[in-house]
Amino acid sequence: MGYEVVIGLETHVELSTESKLFCSCGGHSSADEPNDCVCPACCGMPGMLPVVNKKAIELAVKAGLMLNCKINKYTTFDKKSYYYPDLPAAYQTTQWFHPICVEGAVEVETSQGTRTIGIKQIHVEEDAGKLVHTNDSSLVDYNRTSVPLIEIVTKPDFRSAEEVITYLKTLKSKLQFAGISECEEGAMRCDINISVRPEGTDELGVRTEIKNMSSLTSIEEAINKEAIRHIDALERFTEELVQETRRWDDVKKRTFSMRNKETAADYRYFPDPNIMPVVISDEWLEEIKADMPATTSEQAAKYVSLGIPEKEAAQIVTEPVLSQLLDSVIALGADAKTASSWIITDCVGILRRNGKVAKELDIAPETLFYIISKVSDNELTRKAGRNVLVAVISDGVDPKIYAKENNLFSQNDSAALEEVCKKIVEANPQAVEDYKNGKTKAIQALFGGVMRELRGTGDPAVINKILLEMLSK
Amino acid sequence: MKFITKLNVSGKIAVDDNILVEGVLSSAGSHILDGFKPLFSAEAVTRLEKAGYAVSGKTNVGEFGLDLLGETSYYGAVTENGALRGAAAALVADGTVEAALCVDVNGYPRRAAAASEVAFLKPTYSTVSRYGVIAAASSGEQIGVTAKNVEKIAEVMSVIAGHDAKDGTSDKVESYTYSTTEEVSGKKVCLITELYDAVSSDVKVKIDSYIKKLEAKGVSVEKISLSLVLEAKTVWQILLSAETCNNVSRFDGVKYGHRAEKYRNIDELYVNSRTEGFGFLTKATILYGSDVLSKGRYENCYDKAMRVRRIIAEELNKIFEKFDAVLLPVASQVNYSEYDLKDAFSKVFEESVFTALPNLTGAPALVTSGVQLMAASFKESTLLSLAKSVEEDK
Repeated sequence: MGYEVVIGLETHVELSTESKLFCSCGGHSSADEPNDCVCPACCGMPGMLPVVNKKAIELAVKAGLMLNCKINKYTTFDKKSYYYPDLPAAYQTTQWFHPICVEGAVEVETSQGTRTIGIKQIHVEEDAGKLVHTNDSSLVDYNRTSVPLIEIVTKPDFRSAEEVITYLKTLKSKLQFAGISECEEGAMRCDINISVRPEGTDELGVRTEIKNMSSLTSIEEAINKEAIRHIDALERFTEELVQETRRWDDVKKRTFSMRNKETAADYRYFPDPNIMPVVISDEWLEEIKADMPATTSEQAAKYVSLGIPEKEAAQIVTEPVLSQLLDSVIALGADAKTASSWIITDCVGILRRNGKVAKELDIAPETLFYIISKVSDNELTRKAGRNVLVAVISDGVDPKIYAKENNLFSQNDSAALEEVCKKIVEANPQAVEDYKNGKTKAIQALFGGVMRELRGTGDPAVINKILLEMLSK
Repeated sequence: MKFITKLNVSGKIAVDDNILVEGVLSSAGSHILDGFKPLFSAEAVTRLEKAGYAVSGKTNVGEFGLDLLGETSYYGAVTENGALRGAAAALVADGTVEAALCVDVNGYPRRAAAASEVAFLKPTYSTVSRYGVIAAASSGEQIGVTAKNVEKIAEVMSVIAGHDAKDGTSDKVESYTYSTTEEVSGKKVCLITELYDAVSSDVKVKIDSYIKKLEAKGVSVEKISLSLVLEAKTVWQILLSAETCNNVSRFDGVKYGHRAEKYRNIDELYVNSRTEGFGFLTKATILYGSDVLSKGRYENCYDKAMRVRRIIAEELNKIFEKFDAVLLPVASQVNYSEYDLKDAFSKVFEESVFTALPNLTGAPALVTSGVQLMAASFKESTLLSLAKSVEEDK
């Protein structure tokens, strides 16, 4: 008999805000020393009151819009109580009664075709701190406490590990694209709810939850191993399945039961009296919508309509840094197709040669536009332009100063060009003779000689014209 | 002990010990906050200091301000001639200070003002920032002012009230003016018979005499029945206990305050520190609060209490459409002596029938001449003016 795996996912993602959820501490400095990034509020000291970070609300709404959710106009924050030293106030502020977004759906492309995954809800909550265990003591680091998160809860719509992985990749690119979350490595944490049932049946089997998973490889392994454990239990009566919380052992490659009190905790949720309900007015919602970037497919279609080759458009929209740069350079007046080519072929190419990836591109749109426009105005040759770009990207130089100091600006004075051409023609009698004997390609050797002499700064069209004239004499 | 910490001999304002003053022990009357010195001052304290008022010291309060008259303080009760006295009100009465900031969580500063024959205003919820208050019942507690007369109350209130961005529930109005000179003749006051009937004869004498004085100023006083008022104490006890339970859960021995000497693991650290650190009333409140929030109880206790709170507020607003103020007793008797603190939970619960309404609905309440006046939210000037007109008779 075949079995069907049924999986639901709860994914925690850190929001890209400048400060924490309820205080003004900077929230994203995991590199800081322990407890560098804390204040009395996020340390849970008495007397402090939470003030909701507006940006976090807006980013959560954006996440809801990206995942086709209904945005609740009335949303509240609630307290979830439990004792743990990494939770300084002994409660986590979350959204239990009125989450900000509900009832969404996202399409994911799998080897079995397009699948639609239902989103049950998205809610905003604060992160907890971190415990550091030494030989003789345990220390707490509150840098992460109150960092804003969203938890995205799906319906039990996944039927395989592949679908889960594809969903997570899709989610990551959507959230990054809209500037909602940087989704840094390990910053997406999943709780996986999994059960199996005989194929063709509707009733859900006994469900277990695997907590706190972040690596995609482990998620895939854990789902497959846990499904086998469930099927074995049903088929071969290896054990009795119970609804419980489990963890993944990445060394032994198996899940194990947590068997602790935490799973039976009563969190005593109640509305936080210190936080007024957040009302998302139609006007505010429109403002947030207007601030959303176009979806990747919409954006790619727009680029293609501007004359950018499909392949380049597809490459640009996967990386927000590139699409933002392209939009800005076009806005400054550059031709779309030319700008796209400079970004993909040159900028990304140069980065790769430097051992970096597209995401790390750091160039002001004005700088790239300067180079592009100097090339289109024939003040720089395409080649000289690229040389300037290499120096800009690799060494952060000023393009104008660099081009000037290295004599890269084009020499368009035809008298000067004629002189160089004459010198090269005289120095290469063989090539001249070859040309006159019908080997027209011989002109390329002469052209190359002139360009070398001018170190790429001569206008190729003008040089070509002069050479042809000289050779036809 | 009236002062837990003395600060400035020339200061004229005392601050209760559940209000933070930067760098000064702030205990909220609890052993659990042993040695806790906050990193910042309460907004109300900062505003006073900016306006040139020096804080004379931190005054003793009952643990987290939950009790009748400060009797549950870890530092001991304040009594005079065998009767319980709130420390701040006693210091105002004997002239040591001109005014005191007190947090009205469950009526303590109102009862204390009546017992020491001074005045106390619990202003409208959201008008004075709660930033820097060691929180117990966040949804209903407010900093108020104890003073000998309403002029002083109006003076201090105009300094401390007004919007504070650090308190998300703070009303958006930048500043308030408090008048004591509104025309009182023609104003209408009602007396709630259910509460009048529930007090001792000497309290009735005070109320009767106050009614006569009001009537002499042209104020009409009418008796009305409002049976819903008797539910206010139950509703407030549920909300207060739940919120207090949650707010004091941060006091766990891990970060600051009292930590038990003996523990073998984190659970014992929590349990032993809290068992040693909290007094009986706080423990009972924590248990009661945990219960009303627990699975299976929430809907019928906490959630229902929030609904009844709204109904009571609506009923009260109907009364304020017809009357400028409500007159009611603040306590069932004029004085309280010390009692076995194991009875504190039920004792405070019974007495809160007289004080719960303002905490529950957010409306302002003024205690003066041993009686209590309530008005609609933001109508403090009505209360102050009524009281002022009677004060002038003295």
